[in-house]
Amino acid sequence: MRKLVRVNMTDTTVRVEELPEKYRFMGGRWLTSTLVADEVPATAHPLGPNNRLVFAPGIVTGTAAPSSGRISVGAKSPLTGGIKEANAGTPVAQSLARMGIAAIVIEGQPEENDEFFVLKLNKDGGELERAEDLAGLGLYEFAARVQERFGNTGFIATGPAGEKRMAMAGVCCNDTEFRPSRYAGRGGLGAVMGAKGLKAILVDDTGAPGVCIANEDLFRVGLRKLSDALREHPITRPGGTLNTLGTAALINVLNEAGGLPTRNFSSGRFEGASRIAGETIAETARQRGGKTGHSCHPGCIIRCSNIWARQDGSEHVSCLEYESVWALGANCGIDDLDTIAELIWICNDSGLDTIEAGVTLAVAMEAGLAAFGDGQAAIRLLRECALGTPLGRILGNGAAFTGRAFGLTRVPTVKGQGMPAYEPRAVKGIGVTYLTSPMGADHTAGYTVAPEILSVGGKADPLLPHGKADISTNLQVATAFLDSTGYCLFIAFAILDIPAGFEGMVETCNGVLGTAWSGEDATAIGTQILRTERSFNEAAGFTRAHDRPPEFMRYETLPPHNQVYDVPDEEIDRVAAVLTESR
Amino acid sequence: MPTVRVRLYATVRKYAPPGCHEGTFSVELPEGSKLEDLYRRLGIPEREVKQSFVNGRRAEPDQVLREGDEVGVFPPIAGGTEARPCGQP
Ligand code: SF4
Repeated sequence: MRKLVRVNMTDTTVRVEELPEKYRFMGGRWLTSTLVADEVPATAHPLGPNNRLVFAPGIVTGTAAPSSGRISVGAKSPLTGGIKEANAGTPVAQSLARMGIAAIVIEGQPEENDEFFVLKLNKDGGELERAEDLAGLGLYEFAARVQERFGNTGFIATGPAGEKRMAMAGVCCNDTEFRPSRYAGRGGLGAVMGAKGLKAILVDDTGAPGVCIANEDLFRVGLRKLSDALREHPITRPGGTLNTLGTAALINVLNEAGGLPTRNFSSGRFEGASRIAGETIAETARQRGGKTGHSCHPGCIIRCSNIWARQDGSEHVSCLEYESVWALGANCGIDDLDTIAELIWICNDSGLDTIEAGVTLAVAMEAGLAAFGDGQAAIRLLRECALGTPLGRILGNGAAFTGRAFGLTRVPTVKGQGMPAYEPRAVKGIGVTYLTSPMGADHTAGYTVAPEILSVGGKADPLLPHGKADISTNLQVATAFLDSTGYCLFIAFAILDIPAGFEGMVETCNGVLGTAWSGEDATAIGTQILRTERSFNEAAGFTRAHDRPPEFMRYETLPPHNQVYDVPDEEIDRVAAVLTESR
Repeated sequence: MPTVRVRLYATVRKYAPPGCHEGTFSVELPEGSKLEDLYRRLGIPEREVKQSFVNGRRAEPDQVLREGDEVGVFPPIAGGTEARPCGQP
């Protein structure tokens, strides 16, 4: 029996129930989005007592399936005002799954605003305790105290920014060495956690029974196929691109393609790109004694993460991945990796989403609060968030809020969420995903960059405005399913190109659940998830007018290709049309 | 004879002429040369190249190179076999 843990923050009770039949086959995003849609009124205030925060490991999480230690976090987002799912790879996801916990639902709110609790979970159940001195700390100090007091205990926590309910706050989980570094970053879910008065969930998995696998043989067959695909594909295999260079290998690619957003989305090329690229990160890590090929949780074949070392060889931060390095680097005109590493450290410590932080800092630079490229000024500005100064509270609420505070029009957001590291004017399909995903601007929701730039899963010209709705829709559907399995999105490179890998992925799910899903069933499930999310958003007041680019992208041309965003509204709306059609 | 500016990235950087900075250098090519001729000239096996960009646009091996073109060459950073979209195995 899989369990549902209900935590009521109003009366501080914890109940462990059997997972209702309706949710039996669900995991990850499927489960968080369905629970949020079922239990949260669409018009609820994201920071009020009627929002609910849901945590759910994926379907195969906690098993021997490779690269599958993901946890989804869902709620109504204070950043977008719509439904949100963000996920992270972390050992704590595996612990929860092995304890038989399918989901944790946090409801209600303490009466006093500044009351914080920790939820302690073990194999026998859970209880809420006052957070005492664990609240108010930066997350590195928090992690150190947790380890000192409870030993190697997994955690899911919110940082000072989340305690202060800032819409840029993410939910932080530990990595394999208990660093506070693995984030379900996007959409301000850390602020929802803060508003619930929940500082952290501490997970002791001693004596956990493990994940129940309905059909071991099928599971093994699928696991083998998927592992083979991951070991074969040049992007995912050991010694392949992600393993040796990390995701920041993309910096040079996007820069070459003219799609690396630079200085607040005013150019698609950054002259300092090679200084912050994956190649440079790997080489410097080697020289200084950092690490590449690090894994966010045990059992990953790909191992894309890294540990950055200071000049003297001491550990600085994990990890320098593409989105963070772009956001706090190229997008702010900063080309020094040590400065970028420090900005990432501040995000990890304060509990901030690195993408939203970088997009916001660049908007602040546009507003004249610092010069583009001034790393020390960026560090000073970013520190304001955790301090909760008036300026810190403006920045801490994200790019859209900051842009409004300073009267700017060049504010690269969709549904209030900052755009990630691909310029829609140079990569038109990813723009369709940004505009139409129920999550707001989110590259992971339907990664058309694969066919448009990387020649994975087919080929498409990134600059052509036509045909992008279908590519985006198919990928959004596939991703919604993948986000429910517990697998890391990066297995997509292998399963897009190697059909047996895709089959293996579905078979491992069938093996765990005892289902007989086909590839078409996976597509149907993905479609159903997106429909659930879209209808929540509709009830929250979203219309097709919200599936539109920030207007400046329609009239400001972007060098070097000097293009505007010219995907017609009718093409964009085809995504919504497909997803609202009855099947 | 057109001269093109070449940038080699990641694992194909090893084919750059010795002493060039960050895999970037210029090459003079016979009139009408294609991208694949450039690979041959540099000794890059075609299977090690996944994706090239000419002036920031994706380019196939048969593209003819012109004076002043900027060429970026990538290994599979990016890519493997040809395939179908996910969900349609
Ligand atoms: S590929 Fe990277 S992010 Fe994904 S599970 Fe492995 S280490 Fe974590």
